[in-house]
Amino acid sequence: MSSLCRADAALLALLALAGCHRETRDYRSSAMASADRGAAFEGNAFHVAQGQRLYGWMNCSGCHAHGGGGMGPPLMDDEWRYGGSMGEIAATILDGRPNGMPAFRSRITEDQAWQLAAFVRAMSAQPRQDALPARADEPRNTEPMTLDERKPIRRATPKQDDRSEE
Amino acid sequence: MSAFLDTIQSAAGNDGQQSALVSGLFSIFLIVTAIVYVAVILFLLWAVFRRRRGESREGALRSILVGWVGVTAMILAGLTIATWLYDRELAFAANTPALEIEITANQWWWDVRYADDEASDIFRTANELHLPVGVPAHITLRSNDVIHSFWVPNLAGKQDMIPGRENDISITPLREGVYRSQCAEFCGLQHARMALDVTVESRQAFAAWRAAQLRPAAAPPNRLAQLGQAIVTGRQCSSCHTVAGTSASGQVAPDLTHFASRRTIAAGTLMMNRANIAAWIADPQAPKPGNNMPKVTLNAEELRAVTAYLESLR
Repeated sequence: MSSLCRADAALLALLALAGCHRETRDYRSSAMASADRGAAFEGNAFHVAQGQRLYGWMNCSGCHAHGGGGMGPPLMDDEWRYGGSMGEIAATILDGRPNGMPAFRSRITEDQAWQLAAFVRAMSAQPRQDALPARADEPRNTEPMTLDERKPIRRATPKQDDRSEE
Repeated sequence: MSAFLDTIQSAAGNDGQQSALVSGLFSIFLIVTAIVYVAVILFLLWAVFRRRRGESREGALRSILVGWVGVTAMILAGLTIATWLYDRELAFAANTPALEIEITANQWWWDVRYADDEASDIFRTANELHLPVGVPAHITLRSNDVIHSFWVPNLAGKQDMIPGRENDISITPLREGVYRSQCAEFCGLQHARMALDVTVESRQAFAAWRAAQLRPAAAPPNRLAQLGQAIVTGRQCSSCHTVAGTSASGQVAPDLTHFASRRTIAAGTLMMNRANIAAWIADPQAPKPGNNMPKVTLNAEELRAVTAYLESLR
């Protein structure tokens, strides 16, 4: 490669850097004012991470565990009783739903509810992959179920397998 | 903004037994190494200006060098022994603590809990530490999010606060006064606005402060403060903050029971006064961007009421 060619390559690389977008941390909830606030919240790593902290602080894990569910339904699968869009999840958090989901409207602010909704969707890997938290605050030993391929069920013990084949 | 102008952080302070020990050890090192430095420079100057003479003096030089190596080894051994002795004394300085305190660091504030065998004698405060003079205090250090570091330079050394791990430090303050403490490990955006206000006071004053802290929050003194209390307990505030004696019992943000008795708001960010309380609630992201206090929408009357209530929490 000639030196001129190398300089051109370096220049091109520099130009490509200009395309890099550094995410802004939005402390003043301007995402709430945006026309597509769902995308604005869940496409922003800061909001998803804040949602993760609120998930712990507001004791969501008391019913939903860390996504696997318990007294409340699991949040890491792709089944939604009351809708799985950002707006529907935020509404679920703010106003509650039948059969146990309490309303948080007077407990957290509206944009905190949207941050939480963004994290809830992150549990099933719905938002943009680069906005997902790099690590979970709590230990987790499974991937979101939505990322799992369904595998055929195996028999409990190899012995039983052998017997069935006989 | 400069809430702590009246106090100076000094790593050479000796207002605590621990910092005095460290300062003493540092002085020994300073004096010994200064003498060695001067000796080496003098030898070098002598070597530079010495005129070369005819006869060989290899033998004399060798004995000087052997002597010098011996002296160096002895000095290093002496300093090692001094370090060991001081370290030992530091470890035993607060062997029988009379006060157990637990401090948990958060982004970006200090959660301070005075432990006691009697559950009803335990209380929480935030961003302030009161210590009785001459009483060895044992402080357990934890972190809720990232690595922070506890450091009251005038009183003792530095100790990291690591998530998922317990560290501890002992402080025996020797002089009354107000000391500034600062998070000493970069912990994110508002690391600089994470100060801890340390007050060392007489045993009587400490006992009075402790008794006051153990009392539940004062009842609202007037109608406006009553409205403020209704907002604090009924709205978002109570999800995160505790006001003992009311239904506000959130555990994830600073305890507000005796909020107005502190000297600063938001870990040394603002001085405690009515204007700053109102400014802080109206827009917490202006003086300390990125902190976890959300902006709760209040109208002017509600803001006035919450400010009046918080101001009454002495």
